[in-house]
Amino acid sequence: MTETTKTPATPPADAVPTRPAHGLVPLPEAAARALLLGGGIATAASTFLAWTWTSEFPGDLTVTGYPGGLQVLSLIAGILTAVFALASYGIRGLGWLLPARNNAPLVLVALGGFGVTWFTAIEIAAKLGGLANWETGTWIAIIASLLPLLGALALPPDNAGTKDFFKSYLPKPDRIPAPQPISPWMQRAVITVVSIIGLAVFTYGIDTEYGELFIGFLIVVVFTIWAMHTAGLLDRFSAMVAANRSFTLAMGFLAAIAFPFTQTDDHYANIGVNILIFGTVALGLNIVVGLAGLLDLGYVAFLGVGAYTAALVSGSEFSKFSGVQFPFWAAALTGAAASLIFGVLIGAPTLRLRGDYLAIVTLGFGEIFRIAVNNMDGESGPDLTNGPNGIPSIPDLNLLGFNFGEAHDLGGFTLGRFANYYLLMVLIMAIVVTVYTRAADSRIGRSWIAIREDETAATAMGINGFRVKLIAFALGASLAGLAGTVSAHVTYSVVPNPYQFAGSTPPNSAFLLAAVVLGGMGTVAGPILGAALLYLLPEKLDFLQDKSLLAFGIALILLMRFRPEGIIANRRRQLEFHETGQLDVPDTETLTDEPAITKAGA
Amino acid sequence: MRFGGLTAVRSVDFTVNSGEIVGLIGPNGAGKTTFFNCLTGLYIPTEGTVSYKGTVLPPKPHLVTKAGIARTFQNIRLFANMTVLENVLVGRHTRTKEGLWSALLRGPGFKKAEKASEDRAMELLEFIGLAHKRDHLARNLPYGEQRKLEIARALASEPGLLLLDEPTAGMNPQETRATEELVFAIRDMGIAVLVIEHDMRFIFNLCDRVAVLVQGEKLVEGTSEVVQADERVIAAYLGEPFEGDPGQAEAAEVAAAESTPGTTKGDAQ
Ligand SMILES: Nc1ncnc2c1ncn2[C@@H]1O[C@H](COP(=O)(O)OP(=O)(O)OP(=O)(O)O)[C@@H](O)[C@H]1O
Ligand SMILES: [Mg+2]
Repeated sequence: MTETTKTPATPPADAVPTRPAHGLVPLPEAAARALLLGGGIATAASTFLAWTWTSEFPGDLTVTGYPGGLQVLSLIAGILTAVFALASYGIRGLGWLLPARNNAPLVLVALGGFGVTWFTAIEIAAKLGGLANWETGTWIAIIASLLPLLGALALPPDNAGTKDFFKSYLPKPDRIPAPQPISPWMQRAVITVVSIIGLAVFTYGIDTEYGELFIGFLIVVVFTIWAMHTAGLLDRFSAMVAANRSFTLAMGFLAAIAFPFTQTDDHYANIGVNILIFGTVALGLNIVVGLAGLLDLGYVAFLGVGAYTAALVSGSEFSKFSGVQFPFWAAALTGAAASLIFGVLIGAPTLRLRGDYLAIVTLGFGEIFRIAVNNMDGESGPDLTNGPNGIPSIPDLNLLGFNFGEAHDLGGFTLGRFANYYLLMVLIMAIVVTVYTRAADSRIGRSWIAIREDETAATAMGINGFRVKLIAFALGASLAGLAGTVSAHVTYSVVPNPYQFAGSTPPNSAFLLAAVVLGGMGTVAGPILGAALLYLLPEKLDFLQDKSLLAFGIALILLMRFRPEGIIANRRRQLEFHETGQLDVPDTETLTDEPAITKAGA
Repeated sequence: MRFGGLTAVRSVDFTVNSGEIVGLIGPNGAGKTTFFNCLTGLYIPTEGTVSYKGTVLPPKPHLVTKAGIARTFQNIRLFANMTVLENVLVGRHTRTKEGLWSALLRGPGFKKAEKASEDRAMELLEFIGLAHKRDHLARNLPYGEQRKLEIARALASEPGLLLLDEPTAGMNPQETRATEELVFAIRDMGIAVLVIEHDMRFIFNLCDRVAVLVQGEKLVEGTSEVVQADERVIAAYLGEPFEGDPGQAEAAEVAAAESTPGTTKGDAQ
């Protein structure tokens, strides 16, 4: 049987393509599944061997009997492969992993294990100079991790009608059988467990100590999530989330609060607080871009306005008003109000423009802010911001006697300076999320979406376009200003340079927009996830350095090609980008979010 | 109304009384849609004013809608990625006033207003027969239902005058019939209707009064009988034969043959 080679000769043109007996690799199905299971277990086992002889490679892979560094990721991927393989045997209790009984998730988990193991092996050889640095364990690992992939590719493809690898091996089924109805308490238990796993995964990602580990982490996470997506598990989970919205939100915040308590090094809390600041600003931008559809390319200026305002009233000796020291709540309000005023000042003349014109003008205003701040040093302009030197030595916050600059002991955990600010930012993030969700689901939110959909029709329905756009603009601006007030204290000083249009590190307007688009416009979780990714990538992959902008450009283009709605899809945008012709109504079966034939592929 | 050198609508004086259904007909490019756009403030008329219930309306679409004139569009302009219910709720915009603050604070007043809006929107959806599709995206509705939804959205703004731009374009005869019933029902709610249509049977069945617009100018206005009998209207639709032209008879025949669909429609009444 060599049907693979014959495939070109047999045209798959007939209406019902017959499911072939095997896939790319000519093996009977029983053998394929056995390979999958055995290979998964073997991969996991191989991580207990030594993979190299020197501890020069980060993570110390020399110990036999104890996986370290990247080996842990191979171990997890191997176990996942084995578990999915067992589920594909129809073992009782694991059926929920593969509700549609399709093979795509198997291919993907196998790819994940293969990817991370081979990546590690190649990195060892590249870093230490040659294959001689591989131990027997490495050889076993690369063979063991290849086996599940061969097994998965030997299984008949889910969609045999096409020769395109992606569409035949990795499609998402059109329909996924409806889950057994489970009680609300069970649903909440599932959400809780997922939050805990999410926190663990996220913490692991932030705590990765070197770039290789972060890349390995991304490989495993991306393939695992992709596998769960094709299995339909993500759809089922989002249905659960939709039914338990407030509970999920509460769990999400609990998980966010728990993060600093899992950390021993305040450095990671610093990353956490920066991600939160970045995410909060991205969420504010999401009101402007995602809901009202106004392309704002100078948004970071509002973060700057907030930060500078807070710095000026912080009591720093370098501030123009060094005598004044507002309490934090007043400084936060002042910062938000100053941003709001700037938002209105910039919005009022520009929001009469539509589309591309608005984008260009906001880009201009964003740059004007930075240049103006750069020049307000008393020589080229009024003396206000100390020009390029900025305002340094901003004192730490002190809230009701709680000094944010000192480490505090709380129930056995030590919370450092950044952890304190992190918790404050969680609170601010909670405020911003509440503002976002409440505004979106109201008369004003509907008019934003209407303006985005069709401005002419919206004004003809009685919406004062200018007014509601200005409200969106001002609200977005003040939320960014609010985040800016905290960011000024976290970074000790404010300088003009970060508030630019594009740069290699966040926050800057291009990164903010990328976070919104990448994560998923018009969603709450999307921009936060996008912000986390965009913050961590340049932080962890220092070899990217000045090439990070190029890398993100490429990544964004690829994303727009394959998943234009962003990582987390808004229901509306999902339907906008993937012509399904399906009605958006609950059915006896869960509708999947991707059609069999996408518009792009047709 | 002028676009550069082109005068699309010129000195059209026109009145719609309450409780009336008035038709506006004319050949393609006559300026009917432009006239609607002037009425609703989408275009700022180069000359002239629009007044409603005795007050002159400013040429701002949202103020016109607030004053009580609502419209539909010739090319359907629904909010494609909003649900059916949300589309109608947007139509309620001028009759509700919950701003950003009440949305953020979510007091009891907000919940009550949202509930009332939703109830009213559901009533309208019942009225046009789309209540069962409230959670569908507008873009997924079949064409005829999209037209109906546009009418419901316009009605949601509680207008005193409803402007319909070719409400039956692209509909089959049954759907056209149903739309006719719908327009009568709207009139019975006490709403005056001004309707543009190319389907003469529909227009003459429906309207108390019909005005004919040709090349931006009002040619005739009157009851169905008056308009149908008017020679100039027929000429405007079919073109006039040139007097004394050689082969004039043949030309007229060709012209008549080419415009047969129009003729039958016009003559059927
Ligand atoms: N925005 C515009 N700019 C320039 N010319 C326009 C504009 N809008 C309409 N016109 C012109 O005005 C004239 C009248 O157009 P209008 O759309 O009002 O016709 P209509 O009577 O609605 O025709 P139809 O029956 O085809 O809908 C046409 O010649 C058209 O090209
Ligand atoms: Mg028209």
